[in-house]
Amino acid sequence: MKVLCNGEAQEIASGTRVADYIRQLGLDIYSVVVECDGRILTREEYGSHELQDGSVLELIRFVGGG
Amino acid sequence: MLLVNERAFPFNSGMTLADLVKEQGGDADILLVNGYPATLDTALSDGDRCCLWRRGKVPSAEEMRHLLYARHSPGVQSRLQERVVGIMGLGGLGSLVAIALARMGIGSLLLADYDVVEPTNLNRQQYFVDQIGQKKTSALRDILQRVNPHVSVTIIDRRLVEDDIGVLFQNVHALVECFDDPAMKAAGLRAALHSLPGVFYVCASGLAGYGENNTIRTRRLYPGIYLVGDELSAAAPGQGLMAARVGIAAHQQANQVVRLLLDVENEAG
Repeated sequence: MKVLCNGEAQEIASGTRVADYIRQLGLDIYSVVVECDGRILTREEYGSHELQDGSVLELIRFVGGG
Repeated sequence: MLLVNERAFPFNSGMTLADLVKEQGGDADILLVNGYPATLDTALSDGDRCCLWRRGKVPSAEEMRHLLYARHSPGVQSRLQERVVGIMGLGGLGSLVAIALARMGIGSLLLADYDVVEPTNLNRQQYFVDQIGQKKTSALRDILQRVNPHVSVTIIDRRLVEDDIGVLFQNVHALVECFDDPAMKAAGLRAALHSLPGVFYVCASGLAGYGENNTIRTRRLYPGIYLVGDELSAAAPGQGLMAARVGIAAHQQANQVVRLLLDVENEAG
């Protein structure tokens, strides 16, 4: 199935959860804010929220330093 | 009427700054009109705001207040003076954002950090050698008092967690995220989006090293919510945090806060 992530179409396996997807991108789940289909997910939802065909994701990734 | 050192003064047609200096005793050599340096032959207009001062004179507390604000554009400082800004994390970003906002005449700052000043902070953070070992919250408060004693400073001396942020900062007009830890940066943005409707939010990501100046940018994420940085340059071995680039990012954050507080961002666009 397909999702749209930060404007780019991506092919993913059905049943993929948000946390799995972030890890597949090589990112640390704790440093990413996720908007899925117009809603900001809570941190607790990352492990449970299953992506659907056609889901629209916006990932905002933070790097360290301040 | 003119406003001379914040006091009303009668205006006469054809008046120059030299006439005003003479009437005020004749010894002023720092001259500002409407927040900008002016010369003695400057023609004055009714309603002008003038600041006259003799270089080196030590001001009274009341005079100090007027002088500190003499360089602000009329109308700007009076609006900033009524605003409260929160800053989360008082390292290289947070210490500089606080000082910039204090210099610009922000009314109140709510400063949060749990750490103490370490020698390894001084390559980029605004603390001094004689403050090593002090809590960053109280050390920064002391610096701000020396910069602008009219800023009201409240400190939160603890390690913040995601659930705190919406409660501790519910009464600020703008919140600036200056954390070092990327997990707290993400936590801060989630908290702002979930729990702080109506609060402007300016966060930062990607400011380590000495990369190109202009890759540090200010990007709108959501209405009233902005991200400063190149979004890539993580602090890591071989790419440390350095004063200049951290400073570029911190000052973009501070300027963005001012733009939001003065309502110059077109949020519809």
